Amino acid sequence: MRFMVLVPGSPDSEAGQMPSTELLTAMTKYNEELVKSGVMLAGEGLHPTAKGARVRFNGSERTVIDGPFTESKELIAGYWIWECASREEAIEWLKRAPFDGGVEIELRQVFAPEDFGEELTPELREANERLREQAMQ
Amino acid sequence: MTPSATHRAIEAVWRIESARLIAGLTRTVRDVAVAEDLAQDALLAALEQWPHSGIPERPGAWLMTTARRRGIDALRRRRTLERKHELIGRELEALQQLDRPELLPMAEEVEDDLLRLIFMTCHPVLSREARVALTLRLLGGLTTPEIARAFLVSEGTLAQRIVRAKRTLGEARVPFEVPASDELAERVSAVLEVIYLVFNEGYAATAGEDWIRPALCAEALRLARILGALMPREAEVLGLLALMELQAARLPARVGPLGEPVLLADQDRSRWDRLLLRRGLAALEQARALGGTLGPYGLQAAIAACHAEAGSVEETDWPRIVALYDGLAALTGSPVVELNRAVAVTMAFGPEAGLEIVDSLTEEPALNGYHLLGSVRGDILARLGRRAEARREFERAADMCANDRERALLLERAICCAPA
Repeated sequence: MRFMVLVPGSPDSEAGQMPSTELLTAMTKYNEELVKSGVMLAGEGLHPTAKGARVRFNGSERTVIDGPFTESKELIAGYWIWECASREEAIEWLKRAPFDGGVEIELRQVFAPEDFGEELTPELREANERLREQAMQ
Repeated sequence: MTPSATHRAIEAVWRIESARLIAGLTRTVRDVAVAEDLAQDALLAALEQWPHSGIPERPGAWLMTTARRRGIDALRRRRTLERKHELIGRELEALQQLDRPELLPMAEEVEDDLLRLIFMTCHPVLSREARVALTLRLLGGLTTPEIARAFLVSEGTLAQRIVRAKRTLGEARVPFEVPASDELAERVSAVLEVIYLVFNEGYAATAGEDWIRPALCAEALRLARILGALMPREAEVLGLLALMELQAARLPARVGPLGEPVLLADQDRSRWDRLLLRRGLAALEQARALGGTLGPYGLQAAIAACHAEAGSVEETDWPRIVALYDGLAALTGSPVVELNRAVAVTMAFGPEAGLEIVDSLTEEPALNGYHLLGSVRGDILARLGRRAEARREFERAADMCANDRERALLLERAICCAPA
């Protein structure tokens, strides 16, 4: 199961300030742990919303709104993509992240093909095996 | 938390911690069977206590401390029974020394222990089946019923296989260590073989019909990712990781709406998993950056990468794929690789050149009765306009093919070659 972890922005991240060395060290260690456990597929930080933009859709009209945006609680400062066996495993990993100060980190499951109800029958599985041989080239 | 929610949370903690726990305990007690028993004891203690006390802040450390205390208790009991047993005395001393939270191993030590454990469960002294079962059990944290289900053997058989494997390791005095450099390459390839076997078992789905199959794929990928992070200077480790990421990326496109297999040439490439493709290409790049020549896994990954980077069959860099197959054939000498090379040569340089290779393989004993030989030859003959021969070839291939769906496909192709 694939999960996305959304890290909200803060006044500091919005001001373009790098986190403290201490937090960076803790975060690097945490990221290493995620990688060495085969959990982290991707993870990136985002520039402040001052460099971003929003496009509002209304009928055929498109309105571009330049950053920065103010509702800082809803702003995203970074994300991870994780591969875990269960929602519980993802939560266990998230609990180990070095956050503090009442910040809330959101965990969301990413849609996968099987979520669209693709039923795998035994015949299909058998067929898959042949396919793999053929698809070798 | 409800009891069942706590239970699921404990399972999650176990999945995260068990391999490291068993690895750390094996270093202390020098016996993987004893180490696993202690880890299981700790799990039982967690299942008893955590529903009331809640999950501790550092569950891994809790499990390790508990396992060590259980170990000390067990050894004390045994010591009173066999007073003079010097070995037990030493074990006890080692355990007692470690029963101090400040002595919990550092992250690097844990990683080394994990590597040692991988080399142990994939040790050549064990049969292939035993390596697979033990690796999934000790490193994957899968239960015996889960593994038994995945490989379609009874739980009893599998449990026995695991017990025997652990005994063999003990009897052969297999050391808990990362192999020395002179045997490292060989031992790494034994580990990679186990991981790829597990992956293919899930990917190919030889049989079985439930969730455990895709779970095997995911488990193998996880092991490869862990190994890639622990051994970032081993080109073949990265090569296999790249190959598996790239193959996994194609999974969503491998099956059509009616459940029929979709060949690479016909796959809707927009359904390939972009994130996994990117990861596969990055791992391959990392392997190349190490500077040596690519090994068999690296070369297969490079071939998969050629497909990954192409928007369609026509845009594929076939001459490059031929060159990679040349390298792979030289390394492996495998007739199946040679047959695949013939397909690539056909695409790159035309069917005459491909036919020459295929015709050199018809006497190959290893391909005797292998329907894909006929299927490939039929395809090349059809491209050359030699329809009657192509038809016979497809029909022969259909006769040899054990799979209904695929046989139907071959017969369909035979009919297409019939005179108008």
